[in-house]
Amino acid sequence: MAELRLKHTAVKAIYSVIPKRVYKTHDYPYFSEDEAKMFANTTGIIERRVAATNVTASDMCFKAAQSLLEDMNCHHEIDLLVFVTQSPDYFLPASAAILQDKLGLPTACMAFDVNLGCSGYVHGLLLANRYLQQGGLRKVLLLAGDKSTISTHEQDKTAFPLFGDAGSATLLEYDAKGKDWFFDAGTDGSGADAIIIEAGHSRMPYQSFDDQDIEVAPGVVRSKKHLAIDGMAVFNFALKNVPKSINNVLDLSKLRTEQLDYLVLHQANQLITDSIRKKMKLPKEKCPSSIGKYGNTSSASIPLTLCSELSEVLKKERLCLLLCGFGVGFSWASLLLSTHNVATKLLEYD
Amino acid sequence: MEIDDFITAIEEEFDNLNPGDVTPNSVFRDMEGWSSMHALIFVALIDSKYDVLLNGEELKSCVTINDLFDITRLKLNGGGAKA
Repeated sequence: MAELRLKHTAVKAIYSVIPKRVYKTHDYPYFSEDEAKMFANTTGIIERRVAATNVTASDMCFKAAQSLLEDMNCHHEIDLLVFVTQSPDYFLPASAAILQDKLGLPTACMAFDVNLGCSGYVHGLLLANRYLQQGGLRKVLLLAGDKSTISTHEQDKTAFPLFGDAGSATLLEYDAKGKDWFFDAGTDGSGADAIIIEAGHSRMPYQSFDDQDIEVAPGVVRSKKHLAIDGMAVFNFALKNVPKSINNVLDLSKLRTEQLDYLVLHQANQLITDSIRKKMKLPKEKCPSSIGKYGNTSSASIPLTLCSELSEVLKKERLCLLLCGFGVGFSWASLLLSTHNVATKLLEYD
Repeated sequence: MEIDDFITAIEEEFDNLNPGDVTPNSVFRDMEGWSSMHALIFVALIDSKYDVLLNGEELKSCVTINDLFDITRLKLNGGGAKA
């Protein structure tokens, strides 16, 4: 288990971007009325945002980053750009390189993609800290976003109504007086098949497979190029590993659950987040939820929830937050951090 | 752990169930509109009430409510890999 104490890093701003287009659960044509009601009650998803065909995850992150950099006026100080995504623009080059140019960042800026999903934002914060804490870099721009809706088959009732699209940008900087952060993470690749797009890369190149749609279960139609999710396996993985990881971070920090201002979980679905919250014995108001409005937005769900649900307190108050991302891989990461005076903005992409 | 409590918890969890609808011999997959979502709700309910996490294979091995009760009780008493 990777457990770490992190020093000298501050989060200065978190901006998120959601597409304007709204898909409502009750309008999903492959649900009966009862199915739609049960899906909404169980997952918590009333509606979600879906990006237009020509809009990518990097476009949404670009908009978030552009607005953030203009407001903070710090283009020239960005020494590292990290883009966490599983829906890059191309197989290659890394979308981070394209974003470095589009954002007008210095060519001395390092830029790379990180291929992680729901745990990726928290891993990205760790990466930013690792580069910043020695004092050599000035500022890091962490972008996290996904266009998951491009991967789901419209007739897959287990996946299509679950995912939304979003992008985010987080600005971090060296802070000599910053309070310590505490990190825990892990991986269980035995769960690789639980959330997977089988075809289209090296293991199963496009020319090599039959991409016919198949009804894999009643009401679940997809091909091998679409995202497949095993909800039961994900639920079991999350309930086995996430509370342990959260407790590991609390043990490292020597804090108790009740000393947290907020536990911000990846917005997988309400059944999972409620189950984790109950295990941690936290009241609903300490575990903000944005899934009803945006669905599961993969790597963007934690920054989006921070912008959507905690904007005012992030700006005004000193907070002790515990962030936990978990999912595809399986992979998970938890981070306890202190924040103060964090600028936030939630923007729409036309 | 009593089966009556187990059944009551299930009847309270689903809007379309009334007291007395479920018996130990009820085949849970015969519930109206059964889907993978129902399966998740069962597993979450058992985890929440008994701190016992059933996996997909364990759920597949069960047919009746009594089967679910038995496997939950077995795991609760240390007879399986408790979460």
